[in-house]
Amino acid sequence: MKAMFAGFAAIAVICVASWAALTNMGLSTQSKYSAPSVRVD
Amino acid sequence: MFTRFIAFIFAALLALQIGTGAQAQEAQITDRSATGGAQTLADILARQEGLKIDDSFRSDNLGGTGGSVPALGTRGSASDPDLWRAIRYGKADAGSQTNGSLGPVLIQDGGMAWYEFRAGPLSSYGGYLLLGTIAALALFYILRGRIGLDAQPTGRTITRFKAFERFSHWLLAGSFILLGITGLASLFGRKFIIPLMGHEANSTLLIATKFIHNNVSWAFMLALVFVFFLWVWHNIPDRTDITWFAQAGGIVGKKHPPAKKFNGGQKIIFWSVIVLGASISASGLSLLFPFDMPLFAKSFALFNDLGLPQMLGAGELPVALAPQEEMQLAQAWHAIVSFVLMAIIIAHIYIGSIGMEGAFDAMGSGEVDEAWARQHHSIWVDEVKAKETPAE
Repeated sequence: MKAMFAGFAAIAVICVASWAALTNMGLSTQSKYSAPSVRVD
Repeated sequence: MFTRFIAFIFAALLALQIGTGAQAQEAQITDRSATGGAQTLADILARQEGLKIDDSFRSDNLGGTGGSVPALGTRGSASDPDLWRAIRYGKADAGSQTNGSLGPVLIQDGGMAWYEFRAGPLSSYGGYLLLGTIAALALFYILRGRIGLDAQPTGRTITRFKAFERFSHWLLAGSFILLGITGLASLFGRKFIIPLMGHEANSTLLIATKFIHNNVSWAFMLALVFVFFLWVWHNIPDRTDITWFAQAGGIVGKKHPPAKKFNGGQKIIFWSVIVLGASISASGLSLLFPFDMPLFAKSFALFNDLGLPQMLGAGELPVALAPQEEMQLAQAWHAIVSFVLMAIIIAHIYIGSIGMEGAFDAMGSGEVDEAWARQHHSIWVDEVKAKETPAE
């Protein structure tokens, strides 16, 4: 069962890591609809 | 190529729909002399019925430009209706501060058709598919019961899946279940969550589900790559699968056909996960990076070039798609394929848990009893034993 819980833990880690990475890279839908003079928030 | 192949099925369905509309349109060729070439009541009624009409008499009627009639100023002979018609058909020479080709599309009427498809047939048939699968499995359980062990457990175990194989499986399984639940919440939130919990709760819940759905998707895609390379060699179809299917895999009846590491049914599951999972991933990436990864115009152009929709008598598929239309098609495709894969996975979960005695151990501890292995994967057991026994 260790492998199962390790898999679930990896999901959580990947989820947070991808959120941090994509936010820093400005790749969200929100930023796609935005421009320097057009904010969507 | 897998994605394109799967997308073809979707395109064919779309083409058939377009073809049906075209046939309906042929029945009513409209005389517009009474309106001076403008649309008639028949045009409006046809549009309201959702029939596809040839509206080039409107989309091409954009007036003269400033260049063509300089004496009339910057807009030439174009009137306000001409201008709005140009905007409505995406032909206005418009600019926007937002990036790319997205901003200048001020009117995109395909959005309504997508919204109605999403709220109507997609939700209804998708929901029926999942509920029908669960009902069919419940009926099967009542009729067949749990598939048990014919022989007494030996107490000796064989390693069925190593730690990394199980890790990859659960990475894929856990992420898929999370993606499935959050995807369903996004689709059905308006219909079921709002009446139960209200708009505020639905909003909060869906913000959370969006976060999970977008970010857990990477775990799914990573795990999909892992399981592909781990198990593809064992899932290549061979002659044992014919015997397995001929005997219905022992699921129906008392026979237990010989099988290697993966039997015919498991190979169906494997390839379904790989092909449909890859397609879901491709459309998902298109949705994750909006307007950067359009899939459908290129795919439709490829199908048109191959002549596939024409062979179905549906004419050519549309290849001039607005960026928003690309996203709408990606969302529809993402959901359709996901529903199919969810139904398959529900059946997989059933047979791997309550449906078959001893099946969960393979992915739980990784160790299965030798009696279980001989009953369900006799050729694989012989292969394992042969490797264990030193050659004389």
